[in-house]
Amino acid sequence: MAIIKRQAAELAKQTFEYAPAPEAIDHVRIQPRYGLFIGGKMVEPHSKKRFPTINPATEQKLSEVAEADAVDVGRAVSAAGTAFTSWSRMAPSRRARYLFRISRLIQERARELAVVETMDGGKPIKESRDVDVPLSAAHFFYYAGWADKLEWAFPNRRPRPLGVAGQVIPWNFPLLMLAWKIAPALAAGNTVVLKPAETTPLSALLFAEICQQAELPAGVVNIITGAGKTGSLLVSHPGVKKVAFTGSTEVGKLIQRALAGSDKRLTLELGGKAANIVFEDAPLDQAVEGIVNGIYFNQGHVCCAGSRLLVQESIAKPLLEKLKQRLSTLRLGDPLDKNTDIGAINSKAQLEKIQRLVDSGIEEGAEIYQPECKLPERGYWFPPTVFTNVSQSYRIAREEIFGPVLSVLTFRTPAEAVEKANNTPYGLSAGVWTDKGSRILWMAERMRAGVVWANTFNRFDPTSPFGGYKESGYGREGGVHGLLPYLELV
Amino acid sequence: MRGVRSVDEVGANERAASLAKRSIKKSSKLWALDLSIRCMDLTTLEGSDTPGKIAALSAKAIRPQPGDASIPSVAALCVYPARVADARERLQGSGVKVASVATAFPSGQSFISIKLAETKDAVTAGADEIDMVIDRAAFLSGDYQKVYDEIVAVKEACGPAHLKVILEAGELGTYDAVRRASILAMAAGADFIKTSTGKVQPAATLPVSLVMMEAIRDFMRETGRPVGFKAAGGIRTSKQAIAYLVVLYETLGADWMTPDRFRLGASTLLNDVLMQIEKERSGVYQSADYFTID
Repeated sequence: MAIIKRQAAELAKQTFEYAPAPEAIDHVRIQPRYGLFIGGKMVEPHSKKRFPTINPATEQKLSEVAEADAVDVGRAVSAAGTAFTSWSRMAPSRRARYLFRISRLIQERARELAVVETMDGGKPIKESRDVDVPLSAAHFFYYAGWADKLEWAFPNRRPRPLGVAGQVIPWNFPLLMLAWKIAPALAAGNTVVLKPAETTPLSALLFAEICQQAELPAGVVNIITGAGKTGSLLVSHPGVKKVAFTGSTEVGKLIQRALAGSDKRLTLELGGKAANIVFEDAPLDQAVEGIVNGIYFNQGHVCCAGSRLLVQESIAKPLLEKLKQRLSTLRLGDPLDKNTDIGAINSKAQLEKIQRLVDSGIEEGAEIYQPECKLPERGYWFPPTVFTNVSQSYRIAREEIFGPVLSVLTFRTPAEAVEKANNTPYGLSAGVWTDKGSRILWMAERMRAGVVWANTFNRFDPTSPFGGYKESGYGREGGVHGLLPYLELV
Repeated sequence: MRGVRSVDEVGANERAASLAKRSIKKSSKLWALDLSIRCMDLTTLEGSDTPGKIAALSAKAIRPQPGDASIPSVAALCVYPARVADARERLQGSGVKVASVATAFPSGQSFISIKLAETKDAVTAGADEIDMVIDRAAFLSGDYQKVYDEIVAVKEACGPAHLKVILEAGELGTYDAVRRASILAMAAGADFIKTSTGKVQPAATLPVSLVMMEAIRDFMRETGRPVGFKAAGGIRTSKQAIAYLVVLYETLGADWMTPDRFRLGASTLLNDVLMQIEKERSGVYQSADYFTID
């Protein structure tokens, strides 16, 4: 009796510590080595070379993937070229059927895809489970609907597919970016060769299995793995009629140079340095959530991340107090734990880049704040970080950090907010927080950014076009606009 | 009051939904279930309540699971004013508080003289805590001063008894109004603010609770006075109770995870919590017949 009472008393003294709640991984089969998905089959790479892909949260090797060389790229483009003849002439409603099937299969294999995405990329399972995978399925579902309605999408024009699309995608949303690229391309009647990023190839290779399961005709989708070299071979291959790239502005410029003078179509979705603008009449607690979601979602590895917080000076103090308090509740750790808010940084190279830029911020005189936060011993981690006293001229206010680092600047009037927000080479997204409807529209008119979110941030939907201004790229993905880069309108 | 900062409904709903997805397992689940009992206002508010019913519930409140001393008592038994004396008699010396609704519960549509007299009589009869309702007629017609004055008067009538102020969020219509009513009640001297009477749908919801807790947090920052929070109405399962604790923990922090600052008003929740505790301990669900219905 006494013991039980003591136990009860001890229980009363404890605080709320969430016990580990890891997502099961025993249902996932990751093969020890992968080939290239060319012509509907997994084939050995001509290069005979492979490189490891690791789990950034544990630094353990997950698998070995092939490094495609020029011959491999040639084979993939030629398989796609062959498939294009029949795929582009297939009844559009039949093409739609394959896309619907792929969407269903993504939903059926959602758990497996979410776990693989988290293990290979380091993002929290709650994000891959609730955002990446469902949105990927939604994208295929949405574009499946357009496949047989292209003539209604572009009235009085005759939309024709282009041919083979060479697509290169980044490591921050591997499956979702794959869906953004492949779904509209196939719906429009093109065939594709896609190269996932070298640090996160596994979900694309799982997607290759899904293509087989969906009995997609051989060669319509080809997936080749490799690093920058492979990507550059792909985009400059003469058989490729259309290039779609999502990634850094630096590489985007290289691609644009390489393609100059060719007849290839190009769309680029590049970096960003988005302003999240909070006015003094904003709903503060929700604005704090939006700021957190804007910059700490996916460890800040988001091209449209709200990495510059522009806050009206009159509420800067209470807002920052709230933000700092909120940061202390963020849970950083095992990405597979269902309660984790911040996972691992995608790679060692990215971690070093973040560290370099953060060091520059301290050096230039900004004030750094990081909540008390224990980082795991193994793996790549960076605590959620806020810089205050940031000037427009600091590197951390100009350059894309692509990590969980927020730079806070203040403004006095709406006009100053617009000026500061637009004063960047980028222009992918922006956020406006105010209770005043007219001010939202006034701001949206003046922001040079592809997306302006009002009283929310980082919200995506397949029906809504997404893309950049200025050095954030050109072309739109999503919505009817997303079909256009894959069609010729005769 | 119209100058109180606004709440974005979509954002508040999203935040509450994301917190409801927290996965609370094993030791943390047991701890949360134990705390749910310690913070529970076991409630009966029926026209058919009798001294016998109160006696039975009092026994349950003191010892929720007969023969298991590791299960704590609940925080309070919440009854109508006319039943306060019965509860006082049964709970004397047990540590379980007697809470009484008052001020023409649940509608509040009566005369101020009657509301004050009812409050005083309930305290005299032995109530440690008074759960009052705000005058929604005044609030919704914009007469915030009247609402404020009434809370001040009831607080005075309470004397030593703790005052919980029920906003009846389900009748206020917007989160902006809930936030405004929260600030008003706290400024007027409420010891606790409470979501609902349980007699109106919707009663307690997670986003409404989040909005109220955020108001408490802001009030604390402004004045330094901690105000408690009580969720009531429609909380029937352990899973719901744990979701409230998660929102509490991640909004107001560990300091609020005590019966002095947090209560769950519920009539049927207790047995589900007991069943879940037994399941966590033994690994299997027990028959409902092993838990007393009082």
